[in-house]
Amino acid sequence: MRNDIMLETINVARHFDVSRPLVQRLLAREGKRVLRAVDGISFAIEKGTTLSLVGESGCGKSTVARLVVGLYGPTHGSVMFDGQDLAQARADSEQRRRMQMIFQDPYASLNPRWRVRDIIAEPIRAFGLTRSPAEIDARVGELLTQVGLSPLDGQKFPHEFSGGQRQRISIARALSSNPEFLVCDEPTSALDVSVQAQILNLMKDLQARLGLTYLFISHNLAVVRQVSDRVGVMYLGRLVELAPAETLFNTPRHPYTRALMEAIPDLEMTGRQRIPVGGEVPSPIDPPSGCPFHPRCPLANDRCVAERPEMIPARGTPETLVACHAVEEGRDRVGEPLVAA
Amino acid sequence: MSATAPARPNAIRRALDSDLWYSFTRSPITVASAIVALICVGGAVLAPWIAPHNPFDLASLQLMDAFKPPAWEMDGDPNYLLGTDDQGRDVLSAIMYGARVSLLVGFCAVLLSVSIGITAGLAAGYMGGTVDAVLMRIADIKLTFPTILIALLIDGVVRAALPREVHDQIALYVVIFAIGISNWPSFARTVRGSTLVERNKEYVQAARVIGVSRARIMVSHVLPNVLGPVLVIATLNLGFAVLAEATLSFLGVGVPPTQPSLGTLIRIGNDFLFSGEWWITIFPGIALILLVLSVNLLGDWLRDALNPKLR
Amino acid sequence: MTAPLLEVRNLRVEFPTRRGTLVALDDVSFSIAHGEVLGVVGESGAGKSMTGAAIIGLLEPPGRIAGGQILLNGRRIDNLPYSELRKLRGREIGAIFQDPLTTLNPLYTVGQQLIETMVTHLPLNPAQARAKAIEWLELVGIPAASQRIDSYPHEFSGGMRQRVVIALALCAEPKLIVADEPTTALDVSIQAQVISLLKSLARDKGTSMMLVTHDMGVIAETADRVAVMYAGRIVEVGAVRNVVQQAAHPYSAGLMGSIPPVGRRLERLQQIDGSMPRLSAIPPGCPYNPRCPHAFDRCFVERPELMPAKDNLAACWLYAEQGVPRHA
Repeated sequence: MRNDIMLETINVARHFDVSRPLVQRLLAREGKRVLRAVDGISFAIEKGTTLSLVGESGCGKSTVARLVVGLYGPTHGSVMFDGQDLAQARADSEQRRRMQMIFQDPYASLNPRWRVRDIIAEPIRAFGLTRSPAEIDARVGELLTQVGLSPLDGQKFPHEFSGGQRQRISIARALSSNPEFLVCDEPTSALDVSVQAQILNLMKDLQARLGLTYLFISHNLAVVRQVSDRVGVMYLGRLVELAPAETLFNTPRHPYTRALMEAIPDLEMTGRQRIPVGGEVPSPIDPPSGCPFHPRCPLANDRCVAERPEMIPARGTPETLVACHAVEEGRDRVGEPLVAA
Repeated sequence: MSATAPARPNAIRRALDSDLWYSFTRSPITVASAIVALICVGGAVLAPWIAPHNPFDLASLQLMDAFKPPAWEMDGDPNYLLGTDDQGRDVLSAIMYGARVSLLVGFCAVLLSVSIGITAGLAAGYMGGTVDAVLMRIADIKLTFPTILIALLIDGVVRAALPREVHDQIALYVVIFAIGISNWPSFARTVRGSTLVERNKEYVQAARVIGVSRARIMVSHVLPNVLGPVLVIATLNLGFAVLAEATLSFLGVGVPPTQPSLGTLIRIGNDFLFSGEWWITIFPGIALILLVLSVNLLGDWLRDALNPKLR
Repeated sequence: MTAPLLEVRNLRVEFPTRRGTLVALDDVSFSIAHGEVLGVVGESGAGKSMTGAAIIGLLEPPGRIAGGQILLNGRRIDNLPYSELRKLRGREIGAIFQDPLTTLNPLYTVGQQLIETMVTHLPLNPAQARAKAIEWLELVGIPAASQRIDSYPHEFSGGMRQRVVIALALCAEPKLIVADEPTTALDVSIQAQVISLLKSLARDKGTSMMLVTHDMGVIAETADRVAVMYAGRIVEVGAVRNVVQQAAHPYSAGLMGSIPPVGRRLERLQQIDGSMPRLSAIPPGCPYNPRCPHAFDRCFVERPELMPAKDNLAACWLYAEQGVPRHA
């Protein structure tokens, strides 16, 4: 194990039992139903860098976020935090202090009955970083200043703040235990675009200043491009492509990644006609056989229906790992539109 | 879209500025019920100091004064505003003392229901699984028995098990226990429902990420956020509890006759209703109606005021 | 130029609260020509959805129109009685909302809802309406439309449901469609499908559209003109290309600049500091003055009206010398 890896997942999976209650199940004569939210994914995040996971709703990216901070346990596979198994690391408060999470909804992530001061101080108290009230106050004031708020704001309640300011409070809380690894689950998707820019800039500043490592979860490719060193694309609980950010955005390889790029509205007004990929994301309870993308993929053939592709280095861009038979066989028509007009 | 009020140090002024107070002052019925409830509760609590007579002071009882009609009737005595009963007790004073017992039983019973309900609801909602299944099935079973039946059952058991003197001494607690134990499921269900919602909110997950213990999350994070509905049900339940006590006392299985509650007074007065001494039972009855109605109206208002969707 | 289909003049919407009256829309004026798609953008709380709600007569109480006029084909529709308004909705104005589940009645099949709308508003008998309903479902891309017509809304996926909503909004052939965040609840790949469907249908039928969204990308692809709203006012109106590429108002410029580009990585995104004022605390003069890098004396005392600015109209004193203020 290299010691510059902050977090590594090895074939990690998380399944949920979504069966109906036993009696109903027996009456309807149906078996157990298992939702494979995350179905065997592997990635590693180097210290001081940002890995982003992108995908549409239901692809399992938020489940991954909760797996790597221990809110969910893996069904199989393992998560290693700084070389140590996550379950062990979580048992040690000194290790737990090093990881923190920022959530999507700034309205649900702060306890409405607590004052901001107490919200931010909770991790300080929980980890016993300092016990003197004066020191806690000083630290809270410092954190509020660090995220662009006033130390006086600590006296207020969350409802007195706008969405962007609340997200700053969430960040201040996350930073209060001096973490090294931050999991950010869609931190800007509930915010307006001008406020989103503020928060993304703040997160970048903090990373540069404090040497933080980020796992960044988002559905927005444009946002992901601004913050990431590496990007993983998820579809139906699996990684389909994992590559350095610039490689991924310049030469996306997996047909799904290419479809996502196609789907982004064109702000540069080039008049480019978008040809959306048809179909919808299938249910993760009953995923398609073989490659999960094959029902929507214009490049799919019999092999894609039958055989699940593994993540292997792509032809042409070996720094990219991609799970696609078409790419492996060289029939992915690089440089041409995915769907003929 | 509420305006950010400038920070005021004075808590009272903040309360007067709150939306709750505003919606209170805007509802005449609510203000009226609050005044009525305040009079009822005030009269009950302060009875030993403000009641015109002490109905339990045997020395001051004048059998000569028995069956005096209310003061405005022909034979009325201005000393006894609402008349007297068969033993010459002042009905108004008896009502004040009776309301004292009724409210005491009501408050304590609700307090018991709330404590059991919150504990069970929080545990069921937050822990889920077997704990949830077991607690909620118990609540379901409990709900299939009417309050009165349970109270009669408990009373019967206690009566059979204990000698009469001892029973009279603890009768009050038996009634409180009987009513309190039968109302907890509504609290438990509400708290469980709110807890299920709060448990999945991100602030709870944030606390779990840093390893805050379950018990601490339940008490310091979830509990404050589920108390709103509890307050509403508690207010409504106070009315039910007072009524339940009155019913039990009317049936003769409630508080001992040495400490008559409103229900006891109504029962005693009932014997004289058809012989013309209507005031002995009617006035305690009106007092009971006013008390329960005003408390219920307050509860209704509180429910609407705390639930913005109904406004 | 012929008379516009929709004209909104000095619209003012107020919310009486106990702390005084909040002005949610203040002096909003714009028009939509026949066959035109007007995009309305702005941050949450800017008043864009409320503008749409005022037009279709669905303002949530206690909100009320306190001034101004809304004219459809030259006829005032802001003061119509409820029964008239109901006839108008569907027949002349169709509405598409963010959440398709709030538009579709869960107790009726999509066919019943389509047929009812058409029979109410068009000279069709139920049998003809049913045939037409199948046609519409095919048109919005529902596979096996003749079978799916008897399905209930919950049997469709989110994207398919929004297609049904589009069919429902369009089936009575209204002249104007008010679409409020029609794609926000959908996934990116589905968004693209729905947008291109909406665009092509509006074009084919010659329907005008007011497209309310916070997503500039959607506007850029779909709209002919765009109005930018801030704190209950329109701060800029212009052809979509002009507003996107050379916005005149500092707020619009800031808004465009803060959108992260997917085509390249920026070291630092352009950001607008601060946040939009609450309705109860809108500053005097130009509402953007506390955040504006160009604000000068006049901005703090006098409220700017829309005036010619670059190729657009902008409510900004920076352009005062270009001409006298006038309406859009």
